[in-house]
Amino acid sequence: MKKIKVDNKEIEVDDHLTIMQACEEAGKEIPRFCYHDKLSIAGNCRMCLVEVEGAPKPVASCAMPINEGMSIRTNTEKVKKAREGVMEFLLINHPLDCPVCDQGGECDLQDQTIAYGAGHSRFNENKRSVKEKHMGPLIKTYMTRCIHCTRCIRFAEEVAGVNEIGAVNRGENMEISTYLEKTIDSELSANVIDLCPVGALTSKPYQFEARPWELKKTETIDVMDAVGSNIRVDTYGWKVKRVLPRLNEDINEEWISDKTRYACDGLLTQRLDEPYIRIENKLTTSSWSHALTKVTDLLNEYKADEIAFLTGDLCDLETLYLFKKLADQLKINNIECRQEGCNIPFTNQTQYSFNTKIANIEKSDCLIIVGSNVRQEAPIINARIRKHKITSNLPIAVVGENLDLTYDFTHLGDDLNVLSSILDGSHEFSKKLEAANNPMIIIGNSILNRDDSISIFSIIEQLIHKFKFFHESWNGFNVLQIAAARTGALNLGLFKQGNSLEKIYQSIEQNKIKLIISLGADELEFPRINKAKVIYIGTHGDRGANTADIILPSAAYTEKDGLYVNTEGRLQHAYKATFPPGNAKEDWKIINELSNMLSFDWGIIDLPNLRERLKSEHAELFEFDNNKINKYERLLANKAPTADFKNSNIEYLIKDFYLTNAIARNSKTMAECSLARNEAKD
Amino acid sequence: MSSIQNDNFSFDEKSQGLAKIALAKYPNDRKQSAVMPFLDIAQRQNGGWLSQPSIEYVAEQLEMPFIKVWEVVTFYTMYNTKPVGKNFVQVCTTTPCWLRGSENIVKACKEIISENQCDVAHNNLFSWMEVECLGACVNAPMIQINDDFYEDLDYESTKNILQSLIDNKPLKIGSQIGRLGSRGANNAQ
Ligand code: SF4
Ligand code: FES
Ligand code: FES
Repeated sequence: MKKIKVDNKEIEVDDHLTIMQACEEAGKEIPRFCYHDKLSIAGNCRMCLVEVEGAPKPVASCAMPINEGMSIRTNTEKVKKAREGVMEFLLINHPLDCPVCDQGGECDLQDQTIAYGAGHSRFNENKRSVKEKHMGPLIKTYMTRCIHCTRCIRFAEEVAGVNEIGAVNRGENMEISTYLEKTIDSELSANVIDLCPVGALTSKPYQFEARPWELKKTETIDVMDAVGSNIRVDTYGWKVKRVLPRLNEDINEEWISDKTRYACDGLLTQRLDEPYIRIENKLTTSSWSHALTKVTDLLNEYKADEIAFLTGDLCDLETLYLFKKLADQLKINNIECRQEGCNIPFTNQTQYSFNTKIANIEKSDCLIIVGSNVRQEAPIINARIRKHKITSNLPIAVVGENLDLTYDFTHLGDDLNVLSSILDGSHEFSKKLEAANNPMIIIGNSILNRDDSISIFSIIEQLIHKFKFFHESWNGFNVLQIAAARTGALNLGLFKQGNSLEKIYQSIEQNKIKLIISLGADELEFPRINKAKVIYIGTHGDRGANTADIILPSAAYTEKDGLYVNTEGRLQHAYKATFPPGNAKEDWKIINELSNMLSFDWGIIDLPNLRERLKSEHAELFEFDNNKINKYERLLANKAPTADFKNSNIEYLIKDFYLTNAIARNSKTMAECSLARNEAKD
Repeated sequence: MSSIQNDNFSFDEKSQGLAKIALAKYPNDRKQSAVMPFLDIAQRQNGGWLSQPSIEYVAEQLEMPFIKVWEVVTFYTMYNTKPVGKNFVQVCTTTPCWLRGSENIVKACKEIISENQCDVAHNNLFSWMEVECLGACVNAPMIQINDDFYEDLDYESTKNILQSLIDNKPLKIGSQIGRLGSRGANNAQ
């Protein structure tokens, strides 16, 4: 601890702080442009000048560490003049086109000019102008507005791990650009829009859509992957205009993926807004009561073992709970949430969760990734791994296809047999694991749906025993889920042991299962279910709805209050930002009405009521604690046969990052991103 | 980047030798430090300018992202991103040279080489360009042709030099009025 004085007030602060951070602790606000607490220090905008006693000139507080006894002044005439001077320089070449600038109303330059500027300019020459740069389908550039803070460059280099943005030319001619104006190849690229303190980088899909003060802002949770990024949804009337990140140090820090941010235009197209019934092979609109009667008739018509309940990737926990309740009441055994199939007989939550927890990745000292393309499956977790890798030189090994994960790793090949040689110590990497105190393993879903997955799990179980994956202060076993609804659905027991999905497919093909109730299940192998009648409850006229016989329109994640359990097992609340379109209803209401019509009276009248039920039956879900170390549970109840993994190629599940669910598939922006990426590949 | 490009690029034997010397000056994990000498070597081999393949080649050799090398290329005026003539004439027009009549030098270049700077003329023999101070102000005005300085110029002597290049006649480098080093005009000490 060091003692310093800020504006004559004595305080004691941490040794390693900069003057800016110390001033903040003393409650003094320091204006800034280039400094960002998640990026390296550049010290090039000079907006943060303060006076330090004894120093002849004002100092850039963001770049200067504190010293014992330092006396800092943030409110003197000299500081004021220095700030005015910097502002005047910054504005020399700035076009002052705020009336047509999308950043207007949430612009650091605007705000700080008002707070710290002189109010006039003495510059009478011509301003420079810079040509717009192409940066891909997401980022709109007005480079004349750029103040050269280099935040975007540092973000791309440090956080996203794609060295593609740079400052070309020099002095007056300096311009920010990507190499040859190529699209930035990153799942996190659009975060530079938030980082840019001016309107140089703005959102292309949101261009000229709205002013920030016109929007209704709702703080909620993302469902595009199983990370559960914290977001803010901005709506104008019914429409979701944009999605922005919210700070949550435990999950997404300050970033969100491009899919989280931009799939939202998919909420406006191909929406199901009326119930539909297929009559003579044509879907025709119907009333709710008629459609629901039809559904109950069908449920009554078929025997319990002729019906299957399938759930999708975006469902909220309450609906899943009701859905399960309905299945139980109807004595339906065929229930499954794992749309890509899965062989592991799960018996407790640690077997399918990200037990280490996202923030604790930074405590790990060795990482092995098996069968997961983390960059596509959870860009936010990948960014966390990268952050840790570049600050600590974490040893990372990957079993699976050798893809660019934005950080260096040792590629152990895509042959799973390598796990056995790590286990018997003959492999190089065993030494690293041996030396590690907090090793981590991340297992992808592409491992779980293999025929030999039990044998793989068995080897992993042995690995876990051999090295220090579990101890009182550490749980290093992680399964990375890719669907927002999955962990919750598994917790509620919406699955059957063995590869039950495969069994369901087979029964349909053999005409044993004749009716499917699909709760937004859009990722199935649809050709295999077309023999059965399908009742689809969902939001989009996507894969699932296309083959359906009855469609019940429901609400998307921005249109209802709901609970979601992320891959860590963390329960989070999503809030309603807007309304379901047309006659669509919130999902839990649909199931509840259905069960009322089937004369199951559970006495559930509203959402709080439903949540209470859920809580009383599944209290463990509500007890998530970021600091709790998940206790070790056996992965497999019985010892599995060791297998030679002959067909050892691992096939990652996500083929196209931008098109993983019904909302994203209906988003124009996501389609453009997907196209841009494919074009860049060829 | 120029619309004119050559197809591909890699160091020839001579360049490889030079590159090795440049690389040896830096620790193994600090390869990027050699980016400036590497670009220079590439530029020399490539006829005085850097094409896209040559820039990317340098980046690959030093394991650097393309954009980082491009930043260096565009920052320093010594790297040309467009083709230049075999004799690349850089005319200093900064204040000392200008006071001593660099306008006449420019005039000579316009007459003999090309009206506009940077145009490659005389069947690839020449191109000229205005540049900032080259550090020979004491003997202003001056020009640089490839690696050599020609100082104490006037309209006539510049024309002579350029004509000699066309006629493939030998040239006198340095001061054109017989000044030794940076002594006074009449070689007084
Ligand atoms: S584009 Fe924005 S973030 Fe990038 S340097 Fe310019 S002002 Fe900073
Ligand atoms: S914030 Fe300190 S120099 Fe930019
Ligand atoms: S001004 Fe011409 S060389 Fe210095």
